[in-house]
Amino acid sequence: MTLAVRDLSIRYGFFVLLVALALFFYVAQPAFMSVRSLVFVFQSVAITAILALGVTGTLVVGGFDLSIGSVAASSMMAASYAMVIWGWGTTETVLLCIGFGLLAGLLNGLIIVYGRVPDLLATLGTMFLLLGLQLVPTAGRSIARGMTLPDGTTATGSFDPSFLALGRARLFDVLPVSVVVMLALAVAIFVFLEFTRWGRVMYAIGSNEQASRLAGAPVARYKIAAYMISGAFASIGGILLAARVGRGDVSSGNNLLLDAVAAALIGFAVLGAAKPNAFGTLIGALFVGMLLQGLTMMNAPYYTQDAVKGGVLVFALLFTFSLTRRAGR
Amino acid sequence: MIEGEADERPVLEIAGLERAFGPNRVLKSVDLAVSAGEVLVLMGANGAGKSTLVKIIAGVLVPGAGRMTLAGRPYSPARPINAVAAGLSVVHQQINDAVAPDLSVAQNLLLDRLCSGRTGALYSPRRARREAEAIQSILGLSLPLDRAIGEIPLADRQLVAICRALAEEPKVLVLDEPTSSLSQREAERLFGIVEMLKARGVAILYITHRMSDIRRLADRIVTLRDGRITGEFRPPLDYEGAVTAMLGAPIQRDGEATRTGTRPVLSLKDIRLKSWSRPFSFTLDAGEVTAITGLVGTGKSRLAEVIFGLGRAASGEMRLTGKPYSPRDCGAAIEAGVFMAAKDRATSSIVPGFDIARNLSLPFLSHRSPAGFVDRADERQRARRTVADLSIVCQSETDDMATLSGGNQQKVVVGRWLAEASKLLILDEPFQGVDIKARGDIARRLRETAGDRATLVLVSEIDEALEVADRILVMSDHTIVGDHRTGPDFDLSRLLAEVAGEVGDAPLQSEHHLESAAG
Repeated sequence: MTLAVRDLSIRYGFFVLLVALALFFYVAQPAFMSVRSLVFVFQSVAITAILALGVTGTLVVGGFDLSIGSVAASSMMAASYAMVIWGWGTTETVLLCIGFGLLAGLLNGLIIVYGRVPDLLATLGTMFLLLGLQLVPTAGRSIARGMTLPDGTTATGSFDPSFLALGRARLFDVLPVSVVVMLALAVAIFVFLEFTRWGRVMYAIGSNEQASRLAGAPVARYKIAAYMISGAFASIGGILLAARVGRGDVSSGNNLLLDAVAAALIGFAVLGAAKPNAFGTLIGALFVGMLLQGLTMMNAPYYTQDAVKGGVLVFALLFTFSLTRRAGR
Repeated sequence: MIEGEADERPVLEIAGLERAFGPNRVLKSVDLAVSAGEVLVLMGANGAGKSTLVKIIAGVLVPGAGRMTLAGRPYSPARPINAVAAGLSVVHQQINDAVAPDLSVAQNLLLDRLCSGRTGALYSPRRARREAEAIQSILGLSLPLDRAIGEIPLADRQLVAICRALAEEPKVLVLDEPTSSLSQREAERLFGIVEMLKARGVAILYITHRMSDIRRLADRIVTLRDGRITGEFRPPLDYEGAVTAMLGAPIQRDGEATRTGTRPVLSLKDIRLKSWSRPFSFTLDAGEVTAITGLVGTGKSRLAEVIFGLGRAASGEMRLTGKPYSPRDCGAAIEAGVFMAAKDRATSSIVPGFDIARNLSLPFLSHRSPAGFVDRADERQRARRTVADLSIVCQSETDDMATLSGGNQQKVVVGRWLAEASKLLILDEPFQGVDIKARGDIARRLRETAGDRATLVLVSEIDEALEVADRILVMSDHTIVGDHRTGPDFDLSRLLAEVAGEVGDAPLQSEHHLESAAG
């Protein structure tokens, strides 16, 4: 009996919490349930969620990627630089940024797999490296139309409207493009992790690397691929951020890392999975977004946001690691 | 003051010691006594209960029942530090667990004092050096005190661990497989030290199954098997008898006849596992089960690694169905049709968090899902078949591995590699931690399916080899020293002598086993 109760609470506890929270906000602020408000929740978490979905891949193979925030920020700067200073078009710019993200992931993977540097330290290193490197081309300034370049000339290019549409346009006047991208990537990574053999092997590596190797899995390649996926997702996040902000702002990627990591870790608790999973990550991101939107609508001061996010994360981790693990025995 | 003590009352006396983990009784009324100035060798195969016994003596585990006395006084250490205080020190097999690799040799020698707070709040390098010098002088060593201990050879690290143990002036010193990772020369130096300690009147409990150590040092041998003391041997020591007592009298497999192979699958020619070991050659045939037996640490697993592409032999060549074979990794070995169920299933086979079906399909996902998508229905159906074939006891094929007993987990591990056809299937210690029923099921299934492939089973227990194999090769000191066929002409005493390292001065070069069976 008690076992069944605990089983159910592990499985659906998080959803009950999610629904209860939504109801609470609805009662307190009926406008919370409006389409506009809900779309806003989605939009506010879209970029974070994309980064979180990428980092989920590295968590699955038993690694971690701390560099996603700075990969996204660098990708944003690269997009701005390509358009404003080189005058590139949308397609080339997007390809450049994704290529950059893959390259950053490859670098992480090589350092971790062949350099034998622990994942947290390796990606912490590349995080600092990229944070610094993105400032170099513009001598530390943000990139905007008509800015003065370090050599004294004025930038001639500008953001292509089709590029800006990635961050600002809405499908059917409701759904922002960034939300569509987020949902598409979520479905893609979910299917990849749950239903393909590559995803299966990635989970196996994360659970028992030695057993996977002895079963013939090319562990090194899988791990590197996981970091490349993470890098690519982060760079897509950076592209959407550049398109939304419309300038290469040196400080707008600041919160991305912590929010994304929190979403992925909260995802462990969803459905009692006790492991990284794409669906949980998405729900985790939405949960945080909903919580913040609700609090904002109830006029909670903005400076309490981080404390709330931290509290949710600690709670979710305790839930995952003490309750679920004990039940597994 | 030392002479004559060996004949007096024992220093450490153990009577009626019991210990169980859940329903599993690991020690069953063990009696043991060690006297001052004596080297008592305790022999036991894997799972005999040696490490549990050592842990109880060292104060890591509490016994379920029984009495221990140390130097005449009741001895019941609740924690390792009580054991040391009472005069008993243990040097564990895993030396690296006993040293802090980044600290210097001097700091490691003083580790007990540093950790117990006896040195005071301030650490003075000069004083530490002086004390460390004093400690290493116990054994007359001159180790580089300022080097980090991770930089000195393993054998020297072990001496540091022994010195540390001796710094507490123990009456009893327990050495747990101390030569398992030492070279011949390093072992010789260790033997000298053991003899010196013995002459000083320290009672030494020496745990090993290396025959060379036993020959060199043992004053008395006690054998442990399945948690019981099965034999005590006094000079003149009967080594072969000790091996038999340790491994138990093997029972021959009844019923089914021994089969002979049909065609050669894998042939090894002049393989040297280590640069110093003697080369050997043999051929494995399809249709028969070959076991390689030998004591732990004689190179069986190393041989398996070489065949499975996890390591390289020092020299020699392998051919698989006639073609040269040297896999660059285990993926290549699997691709070539050589499968291996590695030893120690928890670390090297089982994926925790995966259900039975997912654990079974892991190596073959790429064959079964060319488009990338795993066919879950097919996966579960195959799993159900394996569950039935091996009589795996479970609710369904979607059970988590953690819910299975050890024997059933092992059936999943073996079943994984039986699911697809292979040319050669290697099983390294497939009966480790497996109950008798599961062991029978696994052996039966292996023999049922052995028709088209060569099967190689590596076991340290001879009765396991007899249960499953048509042919038994004996490994000793990283080379093959014997080749037997089970059946009416099987010569058990010769095999035991080979395991004990008493035969096999000439390396076995016979290419074909059929001759030895006929002759």
